Amino acid sequence: MSSYQELTARQRIPAIFDAGSFEEFLPPSERVASPHLAQLDAPVSFDDGVVVGRGKLDGKLVFGAAQEGGFMGGAVGEVHGAKLVGMLRRAIDENAHAVLLLLESGGVRLHEANAGLIAVSEVMRAMLDVRAAGIPVVAVVGGANGCFGGMGIAARCANSVIMSEEGRLAMSGPEVIETANGVEEFDSRDRALVWRTTGGKHRYLLGDCQVLVADESDAFRAAAIDAIAGLRGGEVRLTLEGLLAEQDMLARRMRDAEGLTEPMEVWKQLGVAEPARVPMLEADAFLEMAAQHRATINDGAR
Amino acid sequence: METLKYRFEQGRRSLAGMPQLVGVVGSGNLEVLIEPSPLQGACEIEVRTAAVGFGATWQAVMADFHDRWSLADARISINDMGATPAVVSLRLDQAVESLTGGAP
Repeated sequence: MSSYQELTARQRIPAIFDAGSFEEFLPPSERVASPHLAQLDAPVSFDDGVVVGRGKLDGKLVFGAAQEGGFMGGAVGEVHGAKLVGMLRRAIDENAHAVLLLLESGGVRLHEANAGLIAVSEVMRAMLDVRAAGIPVVAVVGGANGCFGGMGIAARCANSVIMSEEGRLAMSGPEVIETANGVEEFDSRDRALVWRTTGGKHRYLLGDCQVLVADESDAFRAAAIDAIAGLRGGEVRLTLEGLLAEQDMLARRMRDAEGLTEPMEVWKQLGVAEPARVPMLEADAFLEMAAQHRATINDGAR
Repeated sequence: METLKYRFEQGRRSLAGMPQLVGVVGSGNLEVLIEPSPLQGACEIEVRTAAVGFGATWQAVMADFHDRWSLADARISINDMGATPAVVSLRLDQAVESLTGGAP
């Protein structure tokens, strides 16, 4: 049993993929680093904060990536984004069984301005292209830096999102909200509030993530194998029907949460009997409780 | 940023295998890329550091490293974000061990 959260991107790859099977594209020895950071006289990384390549997952050819949260918060610069896009396009060319993205990112690397913004939008487009080719895309969010900004949106472009309670997924991060709207709106130093608002359990209850696991590498690996097996053979492309169903779910969520400002109130609205206990539940007990209450696309009119 | 270069001649321990990267370019940390490279028995180290003005300290840490390992035909490249000497030494040892699998 080992924590996934505490691993670096380079340690996560062998912990999730079959041992010794991963072949990295543009490894650090190629020294494809950020030209923008060099111009700003800022430290660069030889892999620009992301490992991309292909390997085996449970014996199947699966393309993948791991973002390094320790380097600039996993933020996406031009090179970082181009590596992700190149890997995603090659996954189509080589008819991958699936794509698995180990995400940990604050979003766009603001130092790189428009180049970073464009990079993130290209990642989203490439993910949808992979899905359009009939190849499932699965995102894993379990790093200490969470998954925010443009990469938060990118995560939701995947067919399935796997999280731990410790993982966080959102658009604007806590500090951004506090800076823009004031501490009365959101206290970014209130860690319990931050996790209630962006953490894995909240995302699972709201239907933004499809699988919740304990923070263990083996659990993430097993969940990724399961998710891919479940998606193969089904419809992984964007369809009008699927988008309309998702839109219905979002509209229902808006209605359910109207006027509520505290996640625990939202959980209560979903039917959770003791919302204050939710943060303390272990993953298994939480899943058992959540099964009856979480928002899903197919739960009809609540 | 400051770039520092070191070269130690006549190492006794040759490296073999694939290039390895250890560490992360985060605050107080660094990444070390180690690669076998034909350098006539020398070990070359290039450091790019965000902490300017610590050349003498780096010199001492690198000399200690060479005393420990005496690498030959090895190229080491470092991106540093203000790591302390102890962290630099540990990362360098970790890098060598990732290729050799052993202690000095």
